[in-house]
Amino acid sequence: MSASILPLTLDNISYSSNGQSIIDGISLAIEAGPSTIILGANGAGKSVLMRLMHGLVAPTTGRVRWNEPDAASLRRRQAMVFQRPVMLRRSALANVVYAMAVAGVPAAEREAQALTALDEVGLRQLAHRPARVLSGGEQQRLALARAWALHPEVLFLDEPTANLDPAAVREIETVIKAFDAAGTKIVMATHNLGQARRLGDEVIYLQAGRVMERAPIEQFFARPATADAAAFMKGELPWA
Amino acid sequence: MGAIAEGLRRVFELDSELWRIVLLSLEVSLSAVLLAALLGLPLAAALAVNRFPGRRGVIVTLNALMGLPPVVVGLLVYLLLSRAGPLGELGLLFTPGAMVVAQTILILPIIAALARQALEDAWREYDEQLRSLGARGMQAALTLLWDARFSLITAVLAGLGRAAAEVGAVMIVGGNIDGVTRVMTTAIALETSKGDLPLALGLGSVLIAIVLVLNSAAQLIKDAAQRRFG
Repeated sequence: MSASILPLTLDNISYSSNGQSIIDGISLAIEAGPSTIILGANGAGKSVLMRLMHGLVAPTTGRVRWNEPDAASLRRRQAMVFQRPVMLRRSALANVVYAMAVAGVPAAEREAQALTALDEVGLRQLAHRPARVLSGGEQQRLALARAWALHPEVLFLDEPTANLDPAAVREIETVIKAFDAAGTKIVMATHNLGQARRLGDEVIYLQAGRVMERAPIEQFFARPATADAAAFMKGELPWA
Repeated sequence: MGAIAEGLRRVFELDSELWRIVLLSLEVSLSAVLLAALLGLPLAAALAVNRFPGRRGVIVTLNALMGLPPVVVGLLVYLLLSRAGPLGELGLLFTPGAMVVAQTILILPIIAALARQALEDAWREYDEQLRSLGARGMQAALTLLWDARFSLITAVLAGLGRAAAEVGAVMIVGGNIDGVTRVMTTAIALETSKGDLPLALGLGSVLIAIVLVLNSAAQLIKDAAQRRFG
């Protein structure tokens, strides 16, 4: 594997859908290292920004650049966990194996590595259960196992714990920390301030499709630079 | 009711002849369903996954072809396979092979159009996830087909229903030759025109029973699988 695919650079990107502007001229660089939290209210454009970075949608104007020209290699070295993960109609283990097959992992290595990944998220004993009958929290952990098996350099997480109970949230945050410890760059969208504090090193605060502020996590919470960010933090329940 | 009972008694008196007709019906229609599924399901998946110019036109055409009249399909296949026709050298006309060809053409649009709709609904859910994992084109289409396999049973059953029920196409290209190309529907048409209504009714009852059994079996498989896999 060559040098890192990071930094990821967004060059004045905008995105609009049906004439409505969703992302409005964002320029920023995502560097290797600190876990980046994309914070903002519902409708601020967090999900769309994640999809633009991950390459699922193309910006209307501007450019998304990675430090890796080859598209296939780029796809292979990043992963995304969605708010509502989509599981294939097969066993939990087969879901992980499928992702590895698509990524070009040799067939002989897939099962052992997939079981290791299931171990990592605590789903080993459910390996042969059909993925679609797992609970919401289990499915989300399976999505993380699917990413884990690919050893991505960058992991995008789009509100991965929305709609989950506190126990499931804790389990998922533990896995996200393990990714971080293993050297994976975390880029996570959330509107949950407690989660942002627990997992983040820096915050990008988004409002109406614009970056209002980018700051180290402690600084952001102690002295938000904009009145909007302060108001957002006041409105959000910190323990939610 | 008395006529149906009388007909059923007469039907089972036919014994070997009846079974030959039933088996040929099943053989022709199931072969046509198999062929149409092999061609139609990949076509449906390609249409569900890919966006290309003219796609809407293809879908509208496919949907319209669901209503193909069997006699018109029969006529076209007849022209193709007749001795002077472009495929006349195959010598298929008035054989079960010709009937399979005609029914395949008849039900291919039904299976493809219904499957396309089911697959497109599934694709809305899978699209981003599969692209994120790096699955594209052919690979994504195959994944979609396999994952939606239980919803596709309905599309295939609709094709089977049409094939088992139609008389126009098999009559024209098969010729309803006793012992060679006589199937349930052509036999019913013949007995009706001969005025032997009890026998026609009896044959009709058997045909309906067969279709019911096949559909129930498929439905049971589908339900069990959906409970198992979610």
